[in-house]
Amino acid sequence: MSHAALVPAIYGLLAEFDTPTELVEASKAAHAAGYRKIDAYSPFPIEEASEAIGYRKTTVPLIVLVGGILGGLSGFGLQYWINVIAYPLNIGGKPYNSWPAFIVPTFEMTILFAGLAGVLGMFALNGLPMPYHPLFNVDRFSAATRDKFFLAVEAADPKFDMQDTHRFLESLNPLTISEVPH
Amino acid sequence: MEKQNPNKPEAVCPSKLDLVQIKDQLARAKSGPQYWRSLDELAQTDGFEEMLHREFPRQASVWAEGTSRRDFLKLMSASMALAGLTSCVKLPLEPIVPYVRQPDEMVLGKPLYYASAMPFGAYATPVLVESHEGRPTKIEGNPEHPAGLGASDVFAQASILDMYDPDRSQTITYLGEMSTWSGYTGALKGALNSQKAVQGGGLRILSRTVGSPTMGSLMDAAQSAFPQSKWIQYEPVNRDNVRAGAQLAFGQFVETRYNLEKADIILSLDGDFLSSGFPGFLYYARTFASRRNPDLKDKMSRFYSVESTPTNTGGKADHRLPVKASEVEQVARAVAAGLGVGGGGSVKAEQQKFVAALVKDLQAHKGAAVVIPGDNQPPAVHALAHAMNQALGAVGSTVVYTEPVEVKPQIQTTALKELVDEMNAGKVDLLIILGGNPVYDAPVDFGFADAMGKVPLRVQYAMYKDETFDHVHWHINATHYLEEWGDCRTFDGTCTITQPLIAPLYNAKSSYEFVFALVGSSETAGYDIVRKYWQGKLPGGDFDAAWRKAVHDGFVSNTAFPVKSVTAKGGSIPATASADTGGNEVEVIFRRDPMVYDGSRANNAWLQETPKPITNLCWDNAVLMSPNSAAKRGLKTGDILEVDINGRKQRGGLWPQPAHPDDSITVFLGYGRTRGGRVADGVGFDAYKMRASEALWITSAKIKKVGDDYGFAHPQGFQYIDYSDLPKGTEPLKNRHIIRKATLQDFIKNPNFAHEQEEAVPPEMTLYTNFAYTELKWGMSIDMNSCIGCKTCIVACQAENNIPVVGKEQTMRGRQMQWLRVDVYYEGGTENPAMYYQPIPCQQCENAPCEVVCPVGATVHSTEGLNDMVYNRCVGTRYCSNNCPYKVRRFNFLLWQDWETPQYKMMRNPEVSIRSRGVMEKCTYCVQRIAHGRMAAEKESRPLRDGEVVTACQQACPAGAIVFGDLNDKESRISKLKAHQRNYQLLEDLNTRPRTTYMAVVLNPNPELEQSESS
Amino acid sequence: MAEGPDNRTALLEEPPVLAPGQTFDSVTDQIADAVLTRPIGLGWLAGLAVGMGFLALLGMAISYLLIRGVGIWGINIPIGWGFAIINFVWWIGIGHAGTLISAILLLLKQSWRNSINRFAEAMTLFAVACAGMFPLLHMGRPWLGYWMFPYPNSMGVWPQFRSPLVWDVFAVSTYATISAVFWFVGLVPDFATMREKAKHPYTKQIYGILALGWRGSARHWKRYEALYILLAGLATPLVLSVHTVVSFDFAVALMPGWHTTIFPPYFVAGAIYSGFAMVLVLAIPIRHYYGLENMITMRHLQNAAKVMLATGLIVAYGYFFETFIAFYSGSTYERFMMQNRWFGQYAVFYWLLILLNILIPQVLWVPKLRSNTKVLFLISTVILAGMWLERFVIIVTSLSRDFLPSSWGHYTPTRWDYATYAGTLGFFAVAIFIFIRIMPAISIFEMRMLLPEAEVKSK
Repeated sequence: MSHAALVPAIYGLLAEFDTPTELVEASKAAHAAGYRKIDAYSPFPIEEASEAIGYRKTTVPLIVLVGGILGGLSGFGLQYWINVIAYPLNIGGKPYNSWPAFIVPTFEMTILFAGLAGVLGMFALNGLPMPYHPLFNVDRFSAATRDKFFLAVEAADPKFDMQDTHRFLESLNPLTISEVPH
Repeated sequence: MEKQNPNKPEAVCPSKLDLVQIKDQLARAKSGPQYWRSLDELAQTDGFEEMLHREFPRQASVWAEGTSRRDFLKLMSASMALAGLTSCVKLPLEPIVPYVRQPDEMVLGKPLYYASAMPFGAYATPVLVESHEGRPTKIEGNPEHPAGLGASDVFAQASILDMYDPDRSQTITYLGEMSTWSGYTGALKGALNSQKAVQGGGLRILSRTVGSPTMGSLMDAAQSAFPQSKWIQYEPVNRDNVRAGAQLAFGQFVETRYNLEKADIILSLDGDFLSSGFPGFLYYARTFASRRNPDLKDKMSRFYSVESTPTNTGGKADHRLPVKASEVEQVARAVAAGLGVGGGGSVKAEQQKFVAALVKDLQAHKGAAVVIPGDNQPPAVHALAHAMNQALGAVGSTVVYTEPVEVKPQIQTTALKELVDEMNAGKVDLLIILGGNPVYDAPVDFGFADAMGKVPLRVQYAMYKDETFDHVHWHINATHYLEEWGDCRTFDGTCTITQPLIAPLYNAKSSYEFVFALVGSSETAGYDIVRKYWQGKLPGGDFDAAWRKAVHDGFVSNTAFPVKSVTAKGGSIPATASADTGGNEVEVIFRRDPMVYDGSRANNAWLQETPKPITNLCWDNAVLMSPNSAAKRGLKTGDILEVDINGRKQRGGLWPQPAHPDDSITVFLGYGRTRGGRVADGVGFDAYKMRASEALWITSAKIKKVGDDYGFAHPQGFQYIDYSDLPKGTEPLKNRHIIRKATLQDFIKNPNFAHEQEEAVPPEMTLYTNFAYTELKWGMSIDMNSCIGCKTCIVACQAENNIPVVGKEQTMRGRQMQWLRVDVYYEGGTENPAMYYQPIPCQQCENAPCEVVCPVGATVHSTEGLNDMVYNRCVGTRYCSNNCPYKVRRFNFLLWQDWETPQYKMMRNPEVSIRSRGVMEKCTYCVQRIAHGRMAAEKESRPLRDGEVVTACQQACPAGAIVFGDLNDKESRISKLKAHQRNYQLLEDLNTRPRTTYMAVVLNPNPELEQSESS
Repeated sequence: MAEGPDNRTALLEEPPVLAPGQTFDSVTDQIADAVLTRPIGLGWLAGLAVGMGFLALLGMAISYLLIRGVGIWGINIPIGWGFAIINFVWWIGIGHAGTLISAILLLLKQSWRNSINRFAEAMTLFAVACAGMFPLLHMGRPWLGYWMFPYPNSMGVWPQFRSPLVWDVFAVSTYATISAVFWFVGLVPDFATMREKAKHPYTKQIYGILALGWRGSARHWKRYEALYILLAGLATPLVLSVHTVVSFDFAVALMPGWHTTIFPPYFVAGAIYSGFAMVLVLAIPIRHYYGLENMITMRHLQNAAKVMLATGLIVAYGYFFETFIAFYSGSTYERFMMQNRWFGQYAVFYWLLILLNILIPQVLWVPKLRSNTKVLFLISTVILAGMWLERFVIIVTSLSRDFLPSSWGHYTPTRWDYATYAGTLGFFAVAIFIFIRIMPAISIFEMRMLLPEAEVKSK
């Protein structure tokens, strides 16, 4: 989402639809029309929707992977350092580097780091938590977490023009179209 | 526990009688005014007036409610011990002599060792006392002592706890109220003066058996000062049978001594010579063990035991014949007849074979055989034994006779009977009870307590305010032997000067000072009394030097009695009249308790908690009965039986004991105390209440079941190696090869027998390289052939390592804390099983399973291969214990250490940390001793000498079964033992590689009997 | 899980996952209103009160424990572990079903899971919380429990990483953390719904904060879905590892009856077994009292029953193989251990275990009974009891008869053992009662996805 230098008077326009299918169609149309700063809102995940607005790849898996690798390395590293370098002890005649015994904590650390990295990463990328968002100013939008589907075109979009965009949205025959104030 | 009020009516009523006495004393007083101007008048009349004015004893209100006595004791012990604390750093004024192993002057943190001896009955147990900053903390054997050979017994080991016992009487009392020594001596002078008039006709001194020469001389002095007075010795566990037996055989009292190192064949007639408390036990244990080494091949001794109550002695026998106590004499006669002395006895058919083989064996070893009768067997058996020993040519070789060790041998029961009669006849004006607790332990038919009521003035000198205390006017608190100067003789007569390690904690007078007050000044120090006696009696011209040497060594050199030649009178020995069973169904055997002895040790928690030999019961006395007899009567473990001996009834729990003779029960003395102290009271039942003078040891009774589910504290889970109550077809336990054994012949044929049953994992069979222990490598070997199962090691360990006591209830829950246990296993049915003793300390595994599972690394391996326990790090998951195949770890489930009682703070070994609640602990191989040895060696920059580090259990072991040392030192005893073929590891196949290993058992059965038994 | 492939085909004859005639609106309201508008019922209050009672008991038991020490329990030497560890394993096991349903079934595209995963996950968390108490409480010195974690300290000492207990610490704490975030992530979109539906400003605010400003953007949903699948992928090996590690507590030790390689699989199976039993014990009353029969349908209950049947058979196989190996091993200790389970002092518990865990649950083969909620509820409780007994047999029976007969012992739990156990049940109940009152007990947005309208029809 853009934090462009000049902020228009309004956030953008919001079109409301009744079914996921309409939303996807509308999104596709908007994207085809050259709008880029658009977003679709739905009460449950709709794979097609994100594709429709031209969002395909996410970096979350990469974050998880990196987290996992870090976790594993630090897990085994810690154990090795403790048992071989920091404070070697003769425990029941076992070698200092009893790597088979170190597998379990290593594994757990991998999972822990991967999981936490993923969750934090996901929220970070989503810019959450974000208590305030202009969309919440639109009363209808509360249905976005219930049973209605919305398409937003941001004013920050270079192609955005109050009249044209409004007209364009009407052509997708939504239930409603509302202006989104900041 | 219902506590008695010390000033309950019985306690006061004597004071009423006092009125009379004091009145006529006052009457007499008129004749001697100048005398009555003395302070004593005040003392007397004060007490007198007090009594007149006081309707109720002063403290009755204070002590009204049962538990308050406990509080009072607590309070008292605390306050008194504060005094004790100050005195603890105060050494006796007289020069006492530190043991040479330590520097002469005290170095803080460095223990000093002093030689002394523990008087036990008439006999002394030579000891070495470890002292930290003037506080005696541990008793050890005295290695230099000819009669002790460096070992010690359970009583010696536990005696340190007796000294610090907060329940000890801490004051002189008159009618239960605090008084003073001068108050007493004043009263005494009055009484003695009136006795002077009648030549002491009314003076009676009742003491326990006295072996102290000095005490003897004091008694003689008293005798000459009061010619008509009488000195009576009585012990409930007395040796009257021995004395009478000697008289029967020789017409005089003699001391019988055995040289087991010379004995090829040993026959015990109910003799328990391998148990603590038997005179000469330490010497016999060591010499017995010395001949049980199978490497001696045909010189290994053979031991026959004809036994009633199973004892750890009988358990060592190659052939054990369980017979009723009353039948031992018959067997003895049969054997004697076989040896050509006396007319034969009637023995059962199944016993014939045993007797025949035995006789043959004995005759084959003339001059090298010995017959040992038991103290509880009637005089006839002793006489027979003497005769047999003579016939076997044992006298002079395996048996020697000497003067009696006790100063004045008496048939004690008779003597006591006379005393009681005199008391009842009112002939006794002044009764002085010097130690002992007759109200509790005198034969019940004597009615001692009632008889006491008829004595106008009664004085008690004792360490506890015990049962007798309720019936005396004056109670003088006694010293512990570690607090007094004195002397005593070991079983061979060797004299020992006992030196105090600490000034009396409660300003008590020593028994010598107490008695001296009868014949001399009441203020003479015990030191002077003893020294005076020895003036001119010590070898060498210079007395001071000789004295110093004697005190230093712990014995007066060559004071052992010379051999005395006596010959048994010929002629037949009259048979003991078999006690009339009067329709009673079972024979009753009275036995001294292996741990609390006659009850005098009952307040010693260490002894209470130590599992008794064979039965492994603790905190209790049980009614022992053979499993067969129990089954026959439909009785089971824990049934509460009422034993009825001619109307005298006691109730106790039934413990079916394998190897016990049928239709016979054993009851142990020394329990059921009511005024013994916080530990002793309310534990077990009082067998004395059934014990009459006509049958002190063997009688008969009716028994009936009156209840069940009597809870026994029995720390050992399971005792059968082959026989078991496990369901049919269950995996046999002997497959675990815990006990490995062979007969001598098999051992000679195949010395490697111990290693053929279980596959051992070779050390190189590992994925990883083994840790190398280059510097020191500690190991322990325990010879199960030598071990006599006496449990001394357990008490020694408890004393050395500040191990807490948990009590009966917690023991029943399976939470005993002793680091060392001695497992007793039975093999071969319940009638007459073989018994094996297996002491189990920490095995100190090289591949310790406990270490691997500890989440916080609280138990780790040291560079010397010790399995160290880090108390501070332990969080108490108990995983280590779960994973210990030997279950040697102990856990502080609750707070068992006593952090309050000041006495215990003084007693503890400062070199062993006190473990608190929630922490695991276990045997450390006495790591503190190892550290001492290592430091000493490093200071002199030399390698540790073999035998320089001695663990507490090893030091204490009478049989020398435990050997400890450095496995890297190829010349060390331990290395040699580990190389021995008899050496084996417990649970070898687990590959834990224990550093503690065992020497397999080799028995030496008579081939003739063997087949029949095996068949 | 074995249900995977066939039940797409089975869909026809089987009862539906979601009763017909539902709309986005209806599911939303039905679930949300149970929290927002439904008045507090007497039944709920009564249940909560009972739970609180037991919770108080727990408080008492723990206080006394801390004052006196673990000696107040029945444990001793040789039986160093008693109720505490039994309960620990039992609770951890129960937790597993939650993760399994939310993670593994998600990966297996078992859409029927959507209506039960939410409270199954809640159950997991609460069960793990109960379980987590015991390892701490069973210590001799619980206040030093943090020594189990690696942290730099002046003593320079660290945990001993060869010990399965340390593995436990890592496994369980990771498990708890991952389950918690997984649960929370799942809740965020529903919190957003609640935020919008809530009337009362405070309620609105609270849900608003929890929702983190979720607004259902397609981009967010994309990342969200990606993570959700990944988390499921991580949680799956994790949940399998947790009970494996727990089983190591025993398998790594050398005690006969503990030292066996069959433990990991059969512990995991057992865990799922008891977990699903607990799911049913919770689901059956909840769907009844909150009228959720149309969302938690017989289909769910039957699938759960089938899972129990399957895992139950794995457990049975475990018992069998344990026995077989005991005799096949040729180890005298192992053989004796097994005979002791059969005939020894605790034999009755062993046979009771076989009855409850193996025999009785076989009635689930009968479809008629499988679809009878009362029967299901009953059998579930039977299984829960059986699984508790299993741990008792493993721990107590094995320890009471180990290598040296001289150290054999017996174990008698004290009232404090029972109090602590009952206490955690109270804790669990209270947590569940509160949960169903303040959070959507069923995942709303995932329910929406089950609706036919949710399909994007391509032209």
